[in-house]
Amino acid sequence: MSKDKTMTAEEVVGRLRSGMTIGIGGWGSRRKPMALVRALLRSDVTDLTVVSYGGPDVGLLADAGRIRTLVTAFATLDSVPLEPHFVAARQRGAFELVELDEAMMMWGLTAAVHRLPFMPVRAGLASDVMTVNPSLRTVTSPYGDREELVAVPALRLDAALVHLNRADPHGNGQYLGPDPYFDDLFCEAAETAYVSCERIVDTSELLKDAGPQTLLLKRAFVDGVVEAPNGAHFTSCVPDYDRDEAFQRHYAEAARDPEAWREFTARFLSGDEDAYRAAVAAFHGEEA
Amino acid sequence: MTGTDTTAAPTRAEYCVVACAEAWRDAGEVLASPMGTVPMIGARLAKRTFAPDLLLTDGEALLIGDVPAIGAAPAIVEGWLPYRQHLALVTTGRRHVMMGASQLDRYGNQNISCIGDWERPRRQLLGVRGAPVNSLNNPTSYWVPRHSARVFVERVDMVCGVGHDRAAAAGPSATRYHRLPGVVTDLGVFDFETPDRGMRLRSLHPGVTVEQVREATGFALAVPEEVPYTRDPTAEELRLIREEIDPRGLRDREVRA
Repeated sequence: MSKDKTMTAEEVVGRLRSGMTIGIGGWGSRRKPMALVRALLRSDVTDLTVVSYGGPDVGLLADAGRIRTLVTAFATLDSVPLEPHFVAARQRGAFELVELDEAMMMWGLTAAVHRLPFMPVRAGLASDVMTVNPSLRTVTSPYGDREELVAVPALRLDAALVHLNRADPHGNGQYLGPDPYFDDLFCEAAETAYVSCERIVDTSELLKDAGPQTLLLKRAFVDGVVEAPNGAHFTSCVPDYDRDEAFQRHYAEAARDPEAWREFTARFLSGDEDAYRAAVAAFHGEEA
Repeated sequence: MTGTDTTAAPTRAEYCVVACAEAWRDAGEVLASPMGTVPMIGARLAKRTFAPDLLLTDGEALLIGDVPAIGAAPAIVEGWLPYRQHLALVTTGRRHVMMGASQLDRYGNQNISCIGDWERPRRQLLGVRGAPVNSLNNPTSYWVPRHSARVFVERVDMVCGVGHDRAAAAGPSATRYHRLPGVVTDLGVFDFETPDRGMRLRSLHPGVTVEQVREATGFALAVPEEVPYTRDPTAEELRLIREEIDPRGLRDREVRA
Protein backbone atom coordinates (compact mmCIF):
# COMPACT_ATOMS: atom_id res chain seq x y z
CA MET A 1 0.00 0.00 0.00
CA SER A 2 1.44 3.35 -1.00
CA LYS A 3 1.65 6.03 1.67
CA ASP A 4 -1.10 8.20 3.02
CA LYS A 5 -0.42 11.78 1.96
CA THR A 6 -3.41 13.45 3.54
CA MET A 7 -2.63 16.68 5.35
CA THR A 8 -4.21 19.99 6.26
CA ALA A 9 -3.97 23.19 4.25
CA GLU A 10 -1.85 24.60 7.10
CA GLU A 11 0.57 21.68 6.73
CA VAL A 12 0.86 22.36 3.01
CA VAL A 13 1.65 26.01 3.62
CA GLY A 14 4.09 24.97 6.33
CA ARG A 15 6.15 23.30 3.63
CA LEU A 16 6.34 26.45 1.50
CA ARG A 17 9.12 28.97 1.95
CA SER A 18 9.42 32.64 1.14
CA GLY A 19 11.14 33.24 -2.18
CA MET A 20 9.79 30.06 -3.79
CA THR A 21 8.39 29.78 -7.31
CA ILE A 22 4.83 28.52 -6.95
CA GLY A 23 2.53 27.36 -9.73
CA ILE A 24 -1.21 27.66 -9.17
CA GLY A 25 -3.61 25.52 -11.24
CA GLY A 26 -7.06 26.30 -12.62
CA TRP A 27 -7.79 29.06 -15.13
CA GLY A 28 -9.17 32.57 -14.48
CA SER A 29 -12.00 32.12 -12.01
CA ARG A 30 -12.27 28.36 -12.56
CA ARG A 31 -11.20 25.56 -10.19
CA LYS A 32 -8.64 27.62 -8.33
CA PRO A 33 -7.14 26.11 -5.14
CA MET A 34 -8.65 28.94 -3.10
CA ALA A 35 -8.62 27.14 0.28
CA LEU A 36 -4.85 26.66 -0.15
CA VAL A 37 -4.46 30.29 -1.24
CA ARG A 38 -6.43 31.43 1.81
CA ALA A 39 -4.17 29.30 4.03
CA LEU A 40 -1.17 30.89 2.31
CA LEU A 41 -2.60 34.34 3.08
CA ARG A 42 -2.78 33.38 6.78
CA SER A 43 0.94 32.47 6.77
CA ASP A 44 4.06 34.63 6.62
CA VAL A 45 5.21 33.14 3.29
CA THR A 46 6.04 35.96 0.89
CA ASP A 47 8.43 37.17 -1.83
CA LEU A 48 6.95 34.56 -4.19
CA THR A 49 7.27 34.05 -7.90
CA VAL A 50 3.77 32.99 -8.92
CA VAL A 51 3.04 31.18 -12.20
CA SER A 52 -0.68 31.13 -12.95
CA TYR A 53 -3.39 31.53 -15.56
CA GLY A 54 -4.52 34.28 -13.26
CA GLY A 55 -7.76 34.69 -11.38
CA PRO A 56 -8.59 35.73 -7.82
CA ASP A 57 -5.61 33.65 -6.61
CA VAL A 58 -3.33 36.21 -8.21
CA GLY A 59 -5.55 39.09 -7.07
CA LEU A 60 -5.54 38.10 -3.41
CA LEU A 61 -1.82 37.31 -3.26
CA ALA A 62 -0.92 40.52 -5.10
CA ASP A 63 -3.10 42.62 -2.82
CA ALA A 64 -1.49 41.03 0.23
CA GLY A 65 1.96 41.91 -1.12
CA ARG A 66 3.10 38.29 -1.37
CA ILE A 67 4.17 38.38 -5.02
CA ARG A 68 7.62 39.54 -6.05
CA THR A 69 7.30 38.27 -9.62
CA LEU A 70 4.18 37.21 -11.49
CA VAL A 71 4.40 34.99 -14.57
CA THR A 72 1.11 35.11 -16.45
CA ALA A 73 -0.76 35.83 -19.68
CA PHE A 74 -3.74 37.47 -17.97
CA ALA A 75 -5.72 37.84 -14.78
CA THR A 76 -9.50 37.76 -14.97
CA LEU A 77 -12.62 36.78 -13.06
CA ASP A 78 -14.26 35.60 -16.33
CA SER A 79 -17.75 37.01 -15.70
CA VAL A 80 -16.00 40.16 -14.40
CA PRO A 81 -13.37 40.79 -17.11
CA LEU A 82 -10.75 42.62 -15.03
CA GLU A 83 -9.35 41.28 -11.72
CA PRO A 84 -9.47 44.46 -9.60
CA HIS A 85 -6.60 43.65 -7.24
CA PHE A 86 -4.35 42.60 -10.14
CA VAL A 87 -5.20 45.85 -11.93
CA ALA A 88 -4.51 47.99 -8.84
CA ALA A 89 -1.28 46.14 -8.01
CA ARG A 90 0.03 46.56 -11.56
CA GLN A 91 -0.86 50.24 -11.60
CA ARG A 92 1.06 50.86 -8.39
CA GLY A 93 4.00 48.74 -9.57
CA ALA A 94 3.58 46.23 -6.74
CA PHE A 95 5.32 43.32 -8.46
CA GLU A 96 7.52 42.46 -11.39
CA LEU A 97 5.58 41.02 -14.32
CA VAL A 98 6.74 38.35 -16.76
CA GLU A 99 3.97 38.70 -19.34
CA LEU A 100 3.79 35.65 -21.59
CA ASP A 101 1.25 34.49 -24.16
CA GLU A 102 -1.18 31.72 -23.06
CA ALA A 103 0.46 29.15 -25.35
CA MET A 104 3.96 30.19 -24.29
CA MET A 105 2.97 29.42 -20.69
CA MET A 106 1.72 25.98 -21.72
CA TRP A 107 4.93 25.19 -23.59
CA GLY A 108 7.09 26.60 -20.78
CA LEU A 109 5.39 24.25 -18.32
CA THR A 110 5.66 21.41 -20.83
CA ALA A 111 9.41 22.01 -21.22
CA ALA A 112 9.77 21.83 -17.44
CA VAL A 113 7.83 18.56 -17.31
CA HIS A 114 10.07 17.07 -20.00
CA ARG A 115 13.22 18.38 -18.29
CA LEU A 116 14.07 20.41 -21.38
CA PRO A 117 15.58 23.89 -21.23
CA PHE A 118 13.04 25.37 -23.67
CA MET A 119 10.44 24.65 -26.31
CA PRO A 120 10.44 26.29 -29.75
CA VAL A 121 7.23 28.15 -30.59
CA ARG A 122 6.04 30.68 -33.14
CA ALA A 123 3.93 32.51 -30.53
CA GLY A 124 5.49 35.72 -29.31
CA LEU A 125 7.52 36.57 -32.42
CA ALA A 126 6.99 40.18 -33.52
CA SER A 127 4.87 40.96 -30.46
CA ASP A 128 5.86 43.11 -27.49
CA VAL A 129 6.11 39.97 -25.37
CA MET A 130 9.65 39.91 -26.79
CA THR A 131 10.19 43.57 -25.87
CA VAL A 132 8.94 43.44 -22.28
CA ASN A 133 10.85 40.20 -21.61
CA PRO A 134 14.32 41.10 -22.90
CA SER A 135 15.72 37.80 -21.61
CA LEU A 136 13.62 35.81 -24.13
CA ARG A 137 15.75 34.34 -26.91
CA THR A 138 15.02 32.91 -30.32
CA VAL A 139 16.41 29.69 -31.76
CA THR A 140 17.06 28.80 -35.39
CA SER A 141 15.83 25.47 -36.73
CA PRO A 142 18.80 23.23 -37.60
CA TYR A 143 16.80 21.77 -40.52
CA GLY A 144 16.38 23.04 -44.04
CA ASP A 145 13.58 25.49 -43.20
CA ARG A 146 15.99 27.55 -41.00
CA GLU A 147 12.94 29.03 -39.22
CA GLU A 148 13.69 31.39 -36.36
CA LEU A 149 11.40 30.62 -33.42
CA VAL A 150 10.97 31.72 -29.82
CA ALA A 151 12.74 29.50 -27.28
CA VAL A 152 10.23 29.54 -24.41
CA PRO A 153 12.24 28.78 -21.27
CA ALA A 154 11.13 25.94 -19.02
CA LEU A 155 8.91 27.12 -16.17
CA ARG A 156 10.29 24.98 -13.35
CA LEU A 157 8.35 25.29 -10.11
CA ASP A 158 9.34 24.73 -6.49
CA ALA A 159 5.75 23.89 -5.61
CA ALA A 160 2.37 23.49 -7.30
CA LEU A 161 -1.06 24.07 -5.77
CA VAL A 162 -4.13 22.67 -7.56
CA HIS A 163 -7.74 21.84 -6.70
CA LEU A 164 -9.60 18.85 -8.10
CA ASN A 165 -12.98 17.23 -7.62
CA ARG A 166 -11.72 14.00 -6.04
CA ALA A 167 -8.45 12.44 -4.93
CA ASP A 168 -7.46 9.34 -3.03
CA PRO A 169 -5.19 9.58 0.04
CA HIS A 170 -2.16 8.66 -2.06
CA GLY A 171 -2.40 11.58 -4.46
CA ASN A 172 -4.26 10.15 -7.44
CA GLY A 173 -6.32 13.15 -8.50
CA GLN A 174 -9.55 13.18 -10.50
CA TYR A 175 -11.31 15.99 -12.36
CA LEU A 176 -14.98 15.57 -13.20
CA GLY A 177 -15.58 18.83 -15.07
CA PRO A 178 -15.11 19.52 -18.78
CA ASP A 179 -11.55 20.89 -18.64
CA PRO A 180 -8.40 19.62 -16.90
CA TYR A 181 -6.85 23.07 -17.45
CA PHE A 182 -3.09 22.54 -16.92
CA ASP A 183 -3.15 21.07 -13.43
CA ASP A 184 -1.18 17.93 -14.33
CA LEU A 185 1.51 20.06 -16.01
CA PHE A 186 1.77 22.29 -12.93
CA CYS A 187 2.23 19.24 -10.69
CA GLU A 188 4.72 17.49 -12.98
CA ALA A 189 6.73 20.69 -13.48
CA ALA A 190 7.11 21.12 -9.70
CA GLU A 191 9.53 19.75 -7.11
CA THR A 192 6.59 19.24 -4.78
CA ALA A 193 2.88 19.31 -5.57
CA TYR A 194 -0.17 19.65 -3.35
CA VAL A 195 -3.73 18.88 -4.36
CA SER A 196 -6.80 19.95 -2.50
CA CYS A 197 -10.07 18.31 -3.45
CA GLU A 198 -13.76 18.37 -2.72
CA ARG A 199 -13.67 14.89 -1.27
CA ILE A 200 -11.00 12.29 -0.51
CA VAL A 201 -12.25 8.86 -1.55
CA ASP A 202 -10.82 5.38 -1.40
CA THR A 203 -8.85 4.43 -4.51
CA SER A 204 -11.45 1.77 -5.32
CA GLU A 205 -14.15 4.48 -5.47
CA LEU A 206 -12.46 6.66 -8.12
CA LEU A 207 -13.86 4.92 -11.17
CA LYS A 208 -17.28 4.04 -9.77
CA ASP A 209 -19.03 6.73 -11.82
CA ALA A 210 -16.33 8.01 -14.17
CA GLY A 211 -13.96 6.85 -16.89
CA PRO A 212 -10.21 6.40 -16.46
CA GLN A 213 -9.45 9.56 -18.47
CA THR A 214 -10.74 11.61 -15.49
CA LEU A 215 -7.68 10.49 -13.50
CA LEU A 216 -5.57 13.55 -14.16
CA LEU A 217 -2.91 13.41 -11.43
CA LYS A 218 -0.66 10.44 -10.79
CA ARG A 219 0.43 9.94 -7.18
CA ALA A 220 4.11 9.89 -8.18
CA PHE A 221 3.76 13.65 -8.79
CA VAL A 222 1.73 14.54 -5.69
CA ASP A 223 3.17 15.11 -2.21
CA GLY A 224 0.14 16.16 -0.23
CA VAL A 225 -3.65 15.72 -0.40
CA VAL A 226 -6.03 18.06 1.40
CA GLU A 227 -9.75 17.49 1.74
CA ALA A 228 -11.24 20.95 1.22
CA PRO A 229 -14.98 20.94 0.52
CA ASN A 230 -15.86 24.11 -1.37
CA GLY A 231 -12.11 24.60 -1.60
CA ALA A 232 -12.34 26.36 -4.97
CA HIS A 233 -14.95 28.85 -3.71
CA PHE A 234 -15.79 31.40 -5.11
CA THR A 235 -14.39 30.06 -8.38
CA SER A 236 -16.18 27.23 -10.21
CA CYS A 237 -15.64 23.55 -9.57
CA VAL A 238 -18.11 21.85 -11.86
CA PRO A 239 -19.89 19.50 -11.58
CA ASP A 240 -19.68 19.94 -7.79
CA TYR A 241 -20.63 23.62 -8.00
CA ASP A 242 -20.64 26.61 -10.31
CA ARG A 243 -18.88 29.89 -9.68
CA ASP A 244 -20.51 31.82 -6.82
CA GLU A 245 -21.37 34.83 -8.98
CA ALA A 246 -23.09 36.82 -6.21
CA PHE A 247 -20.08 36.42 -3.93
CA GLN A 248 -17.63 37.14 -6.75
CA ARG A 249 -19.49 40.38 -7.53
CA HIS A 250 -19.23 41.29 -3.85
CA TYR A 251 -15.50 40.49 -3.91
CA ALA A 252 -14.92 42.56 -7.06
CA GLU A 253 -16.86 45.56 -5.75
CA ALA A 254 -15.08 45.44 -2.39
CA ALA A 255 -11.69 45.10 -4.09
CA ARG A 256 -12.21 48.41 -5.89
CA ASP A 257 -12.64 50.42 -2.69
CA PRO A 258 -10.11 50.43 0.21
CA GLU A 259 -12.73 50.90 2.94
CA ALA A 260 -15.00 48.17 1.53
CA TRP A 261 -11.97 45.91 1.16
CA ARG A 262 -11.04 46.37 4.85
CA GLU A 263 -14.58 45.28 5.72
CA PHE A 264 -14.40 42.33 3.33
CA THR A 265 -11.09 41.20 4.83
CA ALA A 266 -12.36 41.49 8.38
CA ARG A 267 -15.51 39.58 7.54
CA PHE A 268 -14.18 36.80 5.30
CA LEU A 269 -10.41 36.53 5.52
CA SER A 270 -9.53 37.09 9.16
CA GLY A 271 -10.32 33.57 10.39
CA ASP A 272 -9.65 29.99 9.30
CA GLU A 273 -11.38 28.04 6.52
CA ASP A 274 -14.31 27.07 8.79
CA ALA A 275 -14.81 30.73 9.63
CA TYR A 276 -14.68 31.55 5.91
CA ARG A 277 -17.38 28.98 5.13
CA ALA A 278 -19.58 30.28 7.93
CA ALA A 279 -19.15 33.88 6.76
CA VAL A 280 -20.01 32.90 3.17
CA ALA A 281 -23.12 31.05 4.39
CA ALA A 282 -24.14 34.14 6.37
CA PHE A 283 -23.53 36.30 3.27
CA HIS A 284 -25.92 34.13 1.26
CA GLY A 285 -28.45 34.20 4.10
CA GLU A 286 -28.50 37.99 3.82
CA GLU A 287 -28.68 37.85 0.04
CA ALA A 288 -31.69 35.49 0.05
CA MET B 1 -34.86 47.61 -30.44
CA THR B 2 -35.52 44.03 -29.38
CA GLY B 3 -38.29 41.50 -29.74
CA THR B 4 -39.34 39.27 -32.54
CA ASP B 5 -40.67 41.72 -35.12
CA THR B 6 -39.06 40.38 -38.27
CA THR B 7 -40.39 43.10 -40.54
CA ALA B 8 -38.75 46.12 -38.88
CA ALA B 9 -35.77 47.62 -40.71
CA PRO B 10 -32.35 46.23 -39.73
CA THR B 11 -30.69 47.98 -36.81
CA ARG B 12 -27.03 49.01 -36.68
CA ALA B 13 -26.36 46.02 -34.40
CA GLU B 14 -27.84 43.71 -37.04
CA TYR B 15 -25.63 45.16 -39.77
CA CYS B 16 -22.71 44.47 -37.42
CA VAL B 17 -23.89 40.88 -36.90
CA VAL B 18 -24.04 40.27 -40.65
CA ALA B 19 -20.65 41.92 -41.19
CA CYS B 20 -19.13 39.67 -38.53
CA ALA B 21 -20.82 36.59 -40.01
CA GLU B 22 -19.26 37.45 -43.38
CA ALA B 23 -15.80 37.04 -41.81
CA TRP B 24 -16.43 33.29 -41.69
CA ARG B 25 -17.82 32.92 -45.25
CA ASP B 26 -15.77 30.28 -47.10
CA ALA B 27 -13.79 29.52 -43.91
CA GLY B 28 -14.58 25.84 -44.38
CA GLU B 29 -14.39 23.21 -41.64
CA VAL B 30 -12.58 25.29 -39.02
CA LEU B 31 -13.25 26.51 -35.51
CA ALA B 32 -14.93 29.91 -35.37
CA SER B 33 -13.80 31.69 -32.18
CA PRO B 34 -15.88 34.81 -31.71
CA MET B 35 -15.07 37.08 -28.76
CA GLY B 36 -17.88 39.45 -27.89
CA THR B 37 -21.64 39.19 -28.20
CA VAL B 38 -22.09 40.48 -31.76
CA PRO B 39 -19.32 38.24 -33.20
CA MET B 40 -20.86 35.29 -31.35
CA ILE B 41 -24.25 35.98 -32.93
CA GLY B 42 -22.46 36.46 -36.26
CA ALA B 43 -20.64 33.13 -36.06
CA ARG B 44 -23.88 31.31 -35.22
CA LEU B 45 -25.65 33.09 -38.05
CA ALA B 46 -22.88 32.05 -40.46
CA LYS B 47 -23.18 28.45 -39.33
CA ARG B 48 -26.95 28.48 -39.70
CA THR B 49 -26.73 29.90 -43.23
CA PHE B 50 -23.73 30.01 -45.58
CA ALA B 51 -21.00 28.35 -43.46
CA PRO B 52 -22.58 25.13 -42.07
CA ASP B 53 -19.24 23.35 -41.65
CA LEU B 54 -17.97 25.74 -38.95
CA LEU B 55 -17.12 24.33 -35.54
CA LEU B 56 -18.35 26.29 -32.51
CA THR B 57 -17.68 25.99 -28.79
CA ASP B 58 -19.92 26.61 -25.79
CA GLY B 59 -17.39 29.22 -24.66
CA GLU B 60 -15.64 26.58 -22.56
CA ALA B 61 -14.44 23.08 -23.40
CA LEU B 62 -17.26 21.67 -25.53
CA LEU B 63 -17.83 21.75 -29.28
CA ILE B 64 -21.53 22.20 -29.81
CA GLY B 65 -23.45 20.17 -32.35
CA ASP B 66 -26.40 22.52 -32.65
CA VAL B 67 -26.76 26.30 -32.73
CA PRO B 68 -28.56 27.38 -29.55
CA ALA B 69 -29.61 30.91 -28.68
CA ILE B 70 -26.93 33.05 -27.02
CA GLY B 71 -26.79 32.11 -23.35
CA ALA B 72 -28.68 28.82 -23.82
CA ALA B 73 -27.08 25.43 -23.30
CA PRO B 74 -26.46 23.28 -26.37
CA ALA B 75 -28.73 20.24 -26.85
CA ILE B 76 -26.00 18.39 -28.73
CA VAL B 77 -22.28 18.16 -27.99
CA GLU B 78 -20.09 16.97 -30.87
CA GLY B 79 -16.61 17.29 -29.43
CA TRP B 80 -14.21 18.17 -26.66
CA LEU B 81 -11.83 21.10 -26.78
CA PRO B 82 -10.18 21.81 -23.42
CA TYR B 83 -7.74 24.72 -23.29
CA ARG B 84 -4.67 22.58 -23.98
CA GLN B 85 -6.24 21.30 -27.20
CA HIS B 86 -7.59 24.73 -28.07
CA LEU B 87 -4.13 26.31 -27.84
CA ALA B 88 -2.73 23.48 -29.95
CA LEU B 89 -5.55 23.82 -32.49
CA VAL B 90 -4.59 27.47 -32.98
CA THR B 91 -1.22 26.39 -34.32
CA THR B 92 -2.79 24.04 -36.87
CA GLY B 93 -4.40 27.09 -38.48
CA ARG B 94 -7.83 25.41 -38.50
CA ARG B 95 -9.40 28.33 -36.68
CA HIS B 96 -10.51 31.86 -37.44
CA VAL B 97 -10.70 34.06 -34.35
CA MET B 98 -12.40 37.43 -34.02
CA MET B 99 -10.84 39.20 -31.05
CA GLY B 100 -11.60 42.49 -29.38
CA ALA B 101 -9.11 45.36 -29.23
CA SER B 102 -8.59 48.10 -26.67
CA GLN B 103 -6.22 49.70 -29.19
CA LEU B 104 -5.70 48.92 -32.87
CA ASP B 105 -3.31 50.69 -35.21
CA ARG B 106 -3.04 51.32 -38.94
CA TYR B 107 -1.22 48.04 -39.62
CA GLY B 108 -3.45 45.91 -37.43
CA ASN B 109 -1.34 45.73 -34.29
CA GLN B 110 -3.72 45.09 -31.41
CA ASN B 111 -3.47 45.81 -27.69
CA ILE B 112 -5.54 44.25 -24.90
CA SER B 113 -2.81 44.26 -22.25
CA CYS B 114 -2.45 47.73 -20.76
CA ILE B 115 -2.62 51.45 -21.55
CA GLY B 116 0.37 53.70 -20.98
CA ASP B 117 3.88 52.64 -20.07
CA TRP B 118 4.07 48.86 -19.70
CA GLU B 119 6.42 49.09 -16.70
CA ARG B 120 3.79 50.94 -14.73
CA PRO B 121 0.60 51.17 -16.78
CA ARG B 122 -1.89 53.98 -16.45
CA ARG B 123 -4.64 51.43 -16.98
CA GLN B 124 -4.00 47.71 -16.65
CA LEU B 125 -6.31 45.64 -18.85
CA LEU B 126 -6.52 41.88 -19.41
CA GLY B 127 -2.93 41.04 -20.33
CA VAL B 128 -1.75 39.69 -23.69
CA ARG B 129 -3.85 36.52 -23.34
CA GLY B 130 -3.56 34.43 -26.54
CA ALA B 131 -3.23 37.35 -28.95
CA PRO B 132 0.41 36.60 -29.90
CA VAL B 133 -0.22 32.92 -30.67
CA ASN B 134 -3.49 33.68 -32.44
CA SER B 135 -2.21 36.37 -34.76
CA LEU B 136 0.83 34.39 -35.90
CA ASN B 137 -0.95 31.10 -36.49
CA ASN B 138 -4.56 31.42 -37.60
CA PRO B 139 -6.64 34.05 -39.39
CA THR B 140 -7.35 36.83 -36.89
CA SER B 141 -10.06 39.44 -37.34
CA TYR B 142 -11.07 42.15 -34.92
CA TRP B 143 -14.34 43.50 -33.54
CA VAL B 144 -14.63 46.98 -32.07
CA PRO B 145 -18.15 47.80 -30.83
CA ARG B 146 -17.40 51.50 -30.33
CA HIS B 147 -15.20 52.93 -33.08
CA SER B 148 -13.25 55.86 -31.66
CA ALA B 149 -9.89 57.60 -31.88
CA ARG B 150 -9.08 56.13 -28.46
CA VAL B 151 -9.18 52.65 -29.98
CA PHE B 152 -7.87 53.42 -33.48
CA VAL B 153 -4.51 54.93 -32.62
CA GLU B 154 -1.34 55.70 -34.53
CA ARG B 155 0.66 53.31 -32.38
CA VAL B 156 -0.59 50.82 -29.79
CA ASP B 157 1.00 50.90 -26.33
CA MET B 158 1.72 47.15 -26.28
CA VAL B 159 1.66 44.90 -29.34
CA CYS B 160 -0.33 41.80 -28.36
CA GLY B 161 -1.89 40.80 -31.69
CA VAL B 162 0.76 41.28 -34.39
CA GLY B 163 0.14 43.68 -37.29
CA HIS B 164 1.57 43.67 -40.81
CA ASP B 165 4.53 45.98 -40.24
CA ARG B 166 5.71 44.16 -37.14
CA ALA B 167 5.32 40.73 -38.72
CA ALA B 168 7.28 41.84 -41.80
CA ALA B 169 10.06 43.30 -39.65
CA ALA B 170 10.35 40.06 -37.65
CA GLY B 171 10.84 37.94 -40.76
CA PRO B 172 9.47 34.84 -42.48
CA SER B 173 8.65 32.83 -39.34
CA ALA B 174 6.34 35.63 -38.25
CA THR B 175 4.72 36.23 -41.64
CA ARG B 176 4.38 32.56 -42.67
CA TYR B 177 0.87 32.01 -41.27
CA HIS B 178 0.04 35.61 -40.38
CA ARG B 179 -3.32 36.71 -41.81
CA LEU B 180 -5.55 39.61 -40.78
CA PRO B 181 -8.68 39.39 -42.91
CA GLY B 182 -10.38 42.45 -41.48
CA VAL B 183 -11.94 44.57 -38.80
CA VAL B 184 -15.63 45.11 -38.06
CA THR B 185 -16.79 48.10 -36.01
CA ASP B 186 -20.10 49.79 -35.28
CA LEU B 187 -19.34 52.18 -38.14
CA GLY B 188 -18.13 49.91 -40.91
CA VAL B 189 -15.93 47.12 -42.22
CA PHE B 190 -12.19 47.52 -42.80
CA ASP B 191 -9.44 45.47 -44.44
CA PHE B 192 -5.74 45.78 -45.24
CA GLU B 193 -5.95 45.49 -49.05
CA THR B 194 -3.54 48.36 -49.71
CA PRO B 195 -0.01 48.38 -51.15
CA ASP B 196 1.56 49.02 -47.72
CA ARG B 197 -0.95 46.80 -45.86
CA GLY B 198 -2.38 49.79 -44.00
CA MET B 199 -6.04 49.78 -42.97
CA ARG B 200 -8.66 50.62 -45.58
CA LEU B 201 -12.36 51.37 -45.34
CA ARG B 202 -14.11 48.49 -47.09
CA SER B 203 -17.77 49.31 -46.43
CA LEU B 204 -19.87 51.71 -44.40
CA HIS B 205 -22.86 50.57 -42.40
CA PRO B 206 -25.93 52.39 -43.77
CA GLY B 207 -26.36 55.75 -42.04
CA VAL B 208 -22.63 56.27 -41.50
CA THR B 209 -20.54 58.78 -43.47
CA VAL B 210 -16.87 58.64 -44.47
CA GLU B 211 -16.35 61.84 -42.49
CA GLN B 212 -17.69 60.20 -39.34
CA VAL B 213 -15.28 57.29 -39.75
CA ARG B 214 -12.31 59.59 -40.39
CA GLU B 215 -13.10 61.64 -37.28
CA ALA B 216 -13.30 58.50 -35.14
CA THR B 217 -9.98 57.14 -36.43
CA GLY B 218 -6.69 58.34 -34.99
CA PHE B 219 -4.60 57.61 -38.08
CA ALA B 220 -4.77 58.25 -41.82
CA LEU B 221 -7.23 55.67 -43.08
CA ALA B 222 -7.18 54.59 -46.73
CA VAL B 223 -10.53 55.45 -48.31
CA PRO B 224 -11.31 54.35 -51.89
CA GLU B 225 -13.16 56.69 -54.24
CA GLU B 226 -16.27 54.57 -54.10
CA VAL B 227 -17.16 53.08 -50.73
CA PRO B 228 -20.03 50.59 -50.78
CA TYR B 229 -22.47 50.06 -47.95
CA THR B 230 -22.34 46.92 -45.83
CA ARG B 231 -24.84 44.50 -47.32
CA ASP B 232 -28.36 44.25 -45.90
CA PRO B 233 -29.33 41.21 -43.86
CA THR B 234 -31.73 38.98 -45.75
CA ALA B 235 -35.23 38.47 -44.37
CA GLU B 236 -34.26 34.96 -43.28
CA GLU B 237 -31.10 36.24 -41.57
CA LEU B 238 -33.13 38.83 -39.67
CA ARG B 239 -35.56 36.14 -38.59
CA LEU B 240 -32.74 33.90 -37.39
CA ILE B 241 -31.06 36.75 -35.48
CA ARG B 242 -34.25 38.04 -33.88
CA GLU B 243 -36.14 34.83 -33.18
CA GLU B 244 -33.59 32.06 -32.81
CA ILE B 245 -30.05 33.23 -32.11
CA ASP B 246 -30.55 36.39 -30.06
CA PRO B 247 -34.21 36.57 -28.99
CA ARG B 248 -33.21 38.54 -25.85
CA GLY B 249 -31.69 41.32 -27.95
CA LEU B 250 -28.24 41.18 -26.34
CA ARG B 251 -26.77 42.64 -29.55
CA ASP B 252 -28.35 45.99 -28.71
CA ARG B 253 -26.41 46.17 -25.46
CA GLU B 254 -23.13 45.97 -27.35
CA VAL B 255 -24.10 48.28 -30.23
CA ARG B 256 -26.51 51.08 -29.49
CA ALA B 257 -29.08 51.89 -32.16
